[in-house]
Amino acid sequence: MIRFRVRFDKHGKIRFTSHRDMARIWERAIRKVGLPVAYTEGFTPRPRISFGLALPTGYASDGEYLDIAMDESVVGADGAVSGTGVASETSIDLIQMREQLSRALPVGMNVQAIEMIEGRPGSLQEEVVICTWRFEIRELGDIEARGAVADVLAADRLMVTRQRKGRETTEDIRPAVLSLAVKGEGETGVELEADLAAKPRLVRPSELMAYLAPDHELGPVTRTHQWIEQDGAPREPIPGPATPAPRAQRRAS
Amino acid sequence: MNSLWSRLEPLLPRVQKPARYIGCEDGAQQPVHAPDKVAWLLAYPDTYEVGLPNQGLQILYEILNERDDALAERTYLPWTDLIAEMRRVGLPLFSVDNHLPASAFDIVAFNLSSELVYTNVLECLDLAGVPLRGRDRDERHPVVGAGGHAVFNPEPMADFIDFFVIGDGEEVVAEITEVVGEWLRVGRPAGSRREMLRQLAVVPGVYVPAMYEVEYDGPDLVGVHPRHSEIPEVVEKRTVADLADWPYPRNQLVPMTEVVHDRLNVEVFRGCTRGCRFCQAGMITRPVRERPLEQVRTMVGEGLARTGYDEVALTSLSTADFSGIEDVVSGTIDDPLNCGRVTISLPSLRVDAFTVGLAAKIGSARRTGLTFAPEAGTWRMRQIINKMITEEDLLATVESAYASGWSRMKLYFLTGLPSEMDDDTEGIAELARRVVEIGLEHTRKASVTVSLGGFVPKAHTPFQWFGQNGPEELQRKINLVRNVVRGEKRVKVKWHDPHASLAEGITSRGDRRLGRVIERVWRAGGVFQEWSEHFDIRLWRDAMEAEGLSIDWYVTRHREETEVLPWDHIGAGLHRDFLWQDWTDALAGFGVPDCRWTPCYDCGACTEFGIEHIVASPVPPAGGSQGTGQGIPGVGAVPVSIGRPEGGFR
Repeated sequence: MIRFRVRFDKHGKIRFTSHRDMARIWERAIRKVGLPVAYTEGFTPRPRISFGLALPTGYASDGEYLDIAMDESVVGADGAVSGTGVASETSIDLIQMREQLSRALPVGMNVQAIEMIEGRPGSLQEEVVICTWRFEIRELGDIEARGAVADVLAADRLMVTRQRKGRETTEDIRPAVLSLAVKGEGETGVELEADLAAKPRLVRPSELMAYLAPDHELGPVTRTHQWIEQDGAPREPIPGPATPAPRAQRRAS
Repeated sequence: MNSLWSRLEPLLPRVQKPARYIGCEDGAQQPVHAPDKVAWLLAYPDTYEVGLPNQGLQILYEILNERDDALAERTYLPWTDLIAEMRRVGLPLFSVDNHLPASAFDIVAFNLSSELVYTNVLECLDLAGVPLRGRDRDERHPVVGAGGHAVFNPEPMADFIDFFVIGDGEEVVAEITEVVGEWLRVGRPAGSRREMLRQLAVVPGVYVPAMYEVEYDGPDLVGVHPRHSEIPEVVEKRTVADLADWPYPRNQLVPMTEVVHDRLNVEVFRGCTRGCRFCQAGMITRPVRERPLEQVRTMVGEGLARTGYDEVALTSLSTADFSGIEDVVSGTIDDPLNCGRVTISLPSLRVDAFTVGLAAKIGSARRTGLTFAPEAGTWRMRQIINKMITEEDLLATVESAYASGWSRMKLYFLTGLPSEMDDDTEGIAELARRVVEIGLEHTRKASVTVSLGGFVPKAHTPFQWFGQNGPEELQRKINLVRNVVRGEKRVKVKWHDPHASLAEGITSRGDRRLGRVIERVWRAGGVFQEWSEHFDIRLWRDAMEAEGLSIDWYVTRHREETEVLPWDHIGAGLHRDFLWQDWTDALAGFGVPDCRWTPCYDCGACTEFGIEHIVASPVPPAGGSQGTGQGIPGVGAVPVSIGRPEGGFR
């Protein structure tokens, strides 16, 4: 079994599809391209693809990830993959695969990079520890936003209550706020950027709203980066264009 | 015309499953609007999940968008949470393709596949800002049309719909486009709407209710008469002679979010002559027109490659009857391109050994559930409804299914059928019990789910004269079935809400007076009546009472042979004499054979339209059991009187 890690983005109308929808969209795209993906055993074999942390429905992303497993027999020594499906009898390299998948995906989704992964990597869901978000707060001014950000960063606790398995639980998400800053003017209001911990659970920008601007609505949200930890330092699951990594996993202050 | 997307977008984070409103399907089009193009908005008055897979709508979407003088977009009724948001901010009903307001289209055409969605049509029109009633619309408003099986009795919706298309829509949409296009070209002068409708009314297959006057004598309908000499007295349905000319949809829409029937669908034939007397679809879609085998193969192969689906359904009213069924099934299963990972689903299967063989061929290793529709629990009852499966054939079929590895059977039945006696109703449970007994000889996991639907008589069927069972009677019968198998873990009984059958019955054979009832139900908040969580029988009872209309008169009363029926001016090709004869045959317990392979009994469907069945095979499909019971004499007298309200029908 050989694994490939794929980074793709999700923008525009398609961002209103759910995590479940994404799985189906990808399965169809893979079949359309005819990728020789490995299948699970059992009565209803499914393609062996595994997704990263779910992106909340309605949020856009510059960097989503999934891992695709293929049978070793179809991968040549040079790393070229021979297709057996629609694009049969040809040998496709990773650039070609990227282009084919992008074409097979709906408008608003593009494959940015594909990388073969060595050995047995951990699952994306377990390994991603931080996500970087850009989000807007509708009709909020820059000055108020800076004040609210300072208050949030100065707070000892940020208690949020949420429904979990039918029960209300209250927890402090202050430790998950690793950085938070005003970036400037967005399309619908002020734009902010935050590094939020994804462990022990994914904290979303919407959860900060009660503290940042309780009387305002959250505008467009984009997950710009996801970070895994390697040798104590954060890096992207596929290194992208140079981006400064979150300085540390310690909480920002 | 400006897209409403920027106004819709901020509402979407507030609602469930927002992907229903984005469009973006694989195969979706963003047609460019222009003054010389008639803009159709094809509307399905139910949720996106239910409406998107509708093949009729998708076929017309492609045909219209291929034309130079037309374009088509789609809309579905948003769920209640988005409706509330839209009303709050004043956002009108929108198309999902270009997100344009519904009122900006020239024609808004609804697909009416069942009666309980009628109030949803009013919700759509209201959300669109279009006057509900045809008579209140003028040159500024879209022309409102409707098609689909339910419009074979158009009268309950006649107040709200400007034109109905009776029968197949593939050809007639062109003629409608030309009439409306001419009206647009002359600039829709004031007062010209009526003249345009009058021209539509002479297009074959198009029924314009405003061009007909309804005459009553007290509660009784005397007739529905054309107001002008050129308007036809009877609007005969349109029938596409050869499906081979219409290989649609070519680009089936692939939704980005989960919908019902989320798979490739290929229609293998239209029409059915099995002659099940309760089945409106089988009666109104005759004659049988098969798609050529080669075309089916192409549509399956290209469709799977284009869509990326791993499942294809071969659709029709009885797919095992398709002459090329074995070829298509083995061809698809064995196609190396599909790597053995494509599953085939065959909806609407006969109950016989051939079917089990087919199912065994297509089924993956997992053989859990298999669904059959014997429809009635006793052979006597099955003769009456002309579902000619003997007990032996039925049990043999079940036996072979269990022997082939299936463990769960799902059996569909109707209750409240004409002349049904308690023995027949209990026969459903007895049959289920026998099936489990047979199953236990093969597997310890054997179980049966019985699904009970209350029978609702439909227009243009032999049972159109029958007085429907009321909800109390239906519930009593459901309880009879439940009592027989009470405490048996292996038999599970599910049933359809008898009150929903009542509401369906009010509208299915109603006349034009029902329009006010439908409007009252809608005004009282009755949308999504086909969804059990929103259905409310009190709204229907209150509305009938407020309008001074009797539910018994519309629903549970038996009709007489001479009675004028509200759909007598709509022609489904079936001779009224034939239907009445079939009704009396039913009550006498006589079945009629499938006319594809036996002499014609002149129902009218072929002769009326000068077309014939198109069937590739001159012999019945292997193992087809229906029709083999013909040697069995009728069961003799049944405790029924025809056309008398106080009969022993129950």
